[in-house]
Parts: sequence; C-alpha cells; structure tokens
Amino acid sequence: MENQNLNLLDRALGLDGPSEPWPLSGRVVLIEDCVETSGSFVLHQLVKRSLSPTSSNVIIFVAFANPFSHYDRILRKLGCNLVTQRDNKRFIFFDMLMLRCPDVDEGKSSEGGLVLLYEKILKTICGLPGDKKDYVTIMIDDISLVEVAANGGSDYVLDFLHYCHALTSEFDCSLITLNHEDIYSSMERPTLILQMEYLADILIKAEPLSTGLATDVHGQLTVLNKGTSHRLGRSGNKIHNFHYKVKENTVEYFYPGSRV
Amino acid sequence: MADTTCRTLRDGGLEGEHAPALTIKDSKASPFGFDVFNYVLTQLSNYILAGKSQSRGLVVVAYSRSPSFYVDLLKRRGIDIASSHDWIHILDCYTDPLGWKNRLIDKDISQEASSLSSFCQDVRNLDKLYSLIIEQGKGLIGQGKDRFSIAIDSVSEMVRHASISSVAGILSNLRSHGICMIYLFSKALFLLYNLVFLHCSMAADQVSSIFWLLHSDLHEIKFTSVLEYLSSMVASVEPFNQAAFGQRVDLENLSMLEQNFRKGKFHVRFKRRNGRVRVMCEEILVELAGIKFTPVLSEDEIINQRLLPKRYGFVQQVQFNLQLSEEERNERAKVVLPFEHQGNGKPIQIYDGRRSLGENKEEALVSTGKLQPDEDSGKGQIIYFRDSDDEMPDSDEDPDDDLDI
Repeated sequence: MENQNLNLLDRALGLDGPSEPWPLSGRVVLIEDCVETSGSFVLHQLVKRSLSPTSSNVIIFVAFANPFSHYDRILRKLGCNLVTQRDNKRFIFFDMLMLRCPDVDEGKSSEGGLVLLYEKILKTICGLPGDKKDYVTIMIDDISLVEVAANGGSDYVLDFLHYCHALTSEFDCSLITLNHEDIYSSMERPTLILQMEYLADILIKAEPLSTGLATDVHGQLTVLNKGTSHRLGRSGNKIHNFHYKVKENTVEYFYPGSRV
Repeated sequence: MADTTCRTLRDGGLEGEHAPALTIKDSKASPFGFDVFNYVLTQLSNYILAGKSQSRGLVVVAYSRSPSFYVDLLKRRGIDIASSHDWIHILDCYTDPLGWKNRLIDKDISQEASSLSSFCQDVRNLDKLYSLIIEQGKGLIGQGKDRFSIAIDSVSEMVRHASISSVAGILSNLRSHGICMIYLFSKALFLLYNLVFLHCSMAADQVSSIFWLLHSDLHEIKFTSVLEYLSSMVASVEPFNQAAFGQRVDLENLSMLEQNFRKGKFHVRFKRRNGRVRVMCEEILVELAGIKFTPVLSEDEIINQRLLPKRYGFVQQVQFNLQLSEEERNERAKVVLPFEHQGNGKPIQIYDGRRSLGENKEEALVSTGKLQPDEDSGKGQIIYFRDSDDEMPDSDEDPDDDLDI
C-alpha cells in the first residue's frame, strides 16, 4: 500500500497494515456526526479507500440521503470515478430515496420494506463471484433516514441492522453506517444510537472543537477502535483524536496544536 | 473475586433450591460486559470439561454473536469444541432471529444447522425458546440426574422482541425448580411474579446455574432491577473515570476516556441464602489476551498507603537527593573504616605526640607511599593513629569519664 497516502484517519482505522485481507472485514464501523460537523466526508474517504486499485473490495451502497450523482460528483473530485466502478460491478448502488415502508394501517408491518432491502443485499452478496464475496463493504447513508423510512420504528431499524450485522459474521463483510448523534440528544434513553454503539467495533465521532469555532479547523474526529478478537489476530483497544479541515479535493488531518 | 463468581456457578444449586444466577451488566461508558461474559463462559467450560462442576453441559443462547464466534473464542482459550462438543450446545438466535432469511430458503440460500448449534427463527415466541433450551440441555446430559448450565447473551436483545414480564418469566422459570414458595415482593413486582408462577409447572429441575449479559443503559431502571432481583449475583462493570463520559472530547478528558477504554471497575454483589449481601470490588484490565482482574485496595489501605509511604516512597517526595546512586554505593563500600586496617598483621602505630621529627617524617613518607597507589585505584582511605595503647580499638567508653569535675 502506498504509505505516503496514508493519513491519520487511515492509521486510526488500522488501514496502514497490509491491504489483503481488508483490515475492516468482519467489522462494524459507525460514524456519528452532528449538525455543526457533518461526518459524510469520512464516508466518502472510506468509499475512495475501499475502491482503490490495490484492494479488491466491492461496495454495496445503500443511499437514503442522496442520489447517485451527488456521490459521483464528490468522489470525482477525490479522484475516483464511481460510474466506472459501477460498470465494473465494484460499486453497487441502491437508491432508497423513495423507500417508504408500508404503514401498519395498510395491513402490513413497517418492517416490510426493510425485509425486502435485506433480501436485496443478501441476494447481491450471494450473486457475487466467489473471489469477491469475501471483500464486501455495506455502507448505509444514513440510519436516521432509515428510521424515517420505517415510519419511526426504531425497533425495525435495529432488526435490519442486526441482520446486516449477521452478514458481517457470515460473509466477513464490513458494515459502515452513518448516524447523527444530536438528533437523539434530548432523549433520555436513545436506544437506537446506544444499540448501534454496542454493535460497532469502530466508532468515529465528528464533533466541533470544545473551544468553539475556528477558521482553520473544521472539527475534530475521535476514533474509538475496539480491540478485535478477529481470526486475523487480536489488537488492543485504541483511541485516537485529531482535528480535520475539509478542503475541496481532500481532507487534512492533524493533531491538535500541530498547525500554527 | 471474579473467580468466586465462577466457582459459585460451578458449584450449582442445592436440591430444592433455585439455581444460582448471575447478571453481568455494563453500560456504554464501560462496555466490557461482553468480555466478562466471555471470561465466565470460558471458566465454566473449563470446569465442566474437568468434571469439577455440578453441571455436565452448557447451553449458550446466542443473541448477539454468531455460534462461530463462540467456537473461535473457546478454541483460542484452548478448548476445541469443533471436535468434541457433547457437552455444549449453541442455540442460534443470532443468524435469523425473525425468520427473514428462512423466507428466502427456496431461493438457493440454504442454512446449515450443525449438531453443535440449532436455529431459533422466532425469538418472539418465548415459550418455544424455553422448551428449546430445556430440550437442548436434556439432549446434552441425557435422562439421568445430571444438570446443565445456561448462558444468555444478551437479555437486552431478548427484551427487544418480547415484553419485560415474559422475559423475566422465562429467566425465573429456567432457574426455578417447580416448587412454589411464598415470596414477599414489592407491589410493583407482584403482578410480574404471578405470571412467573403460572409458568412454574413447566420448570426444569435440571438447571445447575445460569448467567446472562445486560446492557443496563438500554433499559428502564425497572427492568434492570427486576433482573437483579432474579439473580443471586450481580456483576456490574463501571467506568474507571465517571466524569469523562458524555462530554465533548477535549485534551483534558481524552486521557480519562482513554483510561475508561482500557480499564473499568468491577463490582459483584453476592446474595446469600440467609439474606446477607456482600459487595466486592475489583479492577478490570482489558488486554490483548482477554481481561484481567486485579484486586482493589480498600479505602483504609489506600489511605495507609498514602500516609505511610513504602520504602523509598518518602525519599522520592523530598526535593533534594537523599539516595545514593549505584556508583556512589560501590565507592562507599570500598572505604576502609578507621579501625579496620589496624591489627590485620601490620605494625600498630601509636601516636604519642613525643616522637622525634625524623620518625614523623618517616611515617609521613610511609603514609604518602601508602596513599599513592590507593589514589590510583580510586579507593578512599582514612589514616588514623591511635593515641595510646590504653585506648582500645573501637572503644565506645566516654573519654572524659575519668575527669573529676
């Protein structure tokens, strides 16, 4: 892997090791952001990293937030052509913008739509050629909109996430999800986000600085990398904290105080 | 103390009593409950394999991890269940808890159940789950008088699919033996236990011990306390630094967060038969090889330790240097003390103050001659002449006590 391209985020995620097997396989990554600091750039970075020529990953991208053209434009700036990747069957895009689970009133339970989505994902993975099956990354953007699609039934969302989690142990694929932390901040017991945190092996938090707004720093990332007892070996619990600045074509990561 | 917990589970229950039950609870701030669960599971497996425990088999109800995870876990700890698994059975509530996958089976996606694990495809039906657990447990131990243990990971998942009362009911059924006793309950719990006893007719007399995992912050306090009432031991994992949780990360609480991520406090509450409750504390260290428990000193011991520093502890607090370095200590050992070099075969020299100048000169020469090589070797020496023969070497009597003042 080209070491000069590795940034602090890659290191925190353990991507600095050998790219085969994919360091995130079998793991669940949760990105938590808030209104002031959007964490979607982390998702874009991970798409780019997964689709890099050195890896043989296949991404199943479940988009509830934006259409394909949105991601295509951003990734193009980052130097990755999603249209080509889609044609190569390395980027499989599920447009879920219009997904509305049937209401309970209509005689069906709200989980119906999510069961179909799970079915679709499972079929896609099973339909992949044997050598690609082991390198699947499922990305969901974002969970709060899945909840909206399920008519606010967070239990259905959790069931869906559980099934996605089961896929990670069955096919050794990785699951990367994005959620907004602050929309649950007023709840006394935000079960959905708590449960997601219990499921996650790696938690990436994008937050504003505790000292307030700054022009040169857009926010800070805290990466909690839980120790894994994966068959690839065991690593200990690690925590990383650094600042970032989102630029037009790239994101800069740096340790607090290392910029003048 | 974690071992005490495991031993209690190992020893099981007496005839006609509830099986010992352990609740392992954690929270988001210190999410090591699962590590503790794995630890207890491994210990109990070791006891069962060694034939030391009351139970002869173990049923793992897997809600949040796949059966292969447990096979891997036990393999890493030196227990190979892939080859011989007549003592363990995993009830798989993880792979397809709601039967979503089952609907696709006709479309080329098959599910293989092994003799090690079996699927539960409707976790909402707790009666069925209960009979599955009992059935699998009996399958392990046969028809004899042997008993088996149950591990549930986790009750938090269980309660997501069923009501609190039915979950409490099944847990109580599993550990009870079918003899109805009169209990005194608080009013809030009364209805719940009514329900429990309705189920008692099905109760199993063959459960030796049971333990389960619970993420306490996912539930109302009511549910957590119901489970605590149901268990004879409650092991709770708490964060090492309470303050660091829930704040925005900055440099100050980052180190605290880091600490919380590596260690936690471990409290166990034992409930004895006679109603005595004992609480013990330990520290948990999460390491690469698993978790480690270290004893925590009681408050008195901590205070004593602060007031009465250990060896060198006090010296370290002083600003100036009271310690000798290793080199200095060696140098000091080389110095020959005043009386040590006299009487070792060499002529004893006594200074009487009346010697002639010449003799003194000679002595001076002798002494300088002696000193010369010593300086080269870097060795210190003290030259001393006794005042007279009267003075005994190393005499400690008061030289002035013959004075008549």
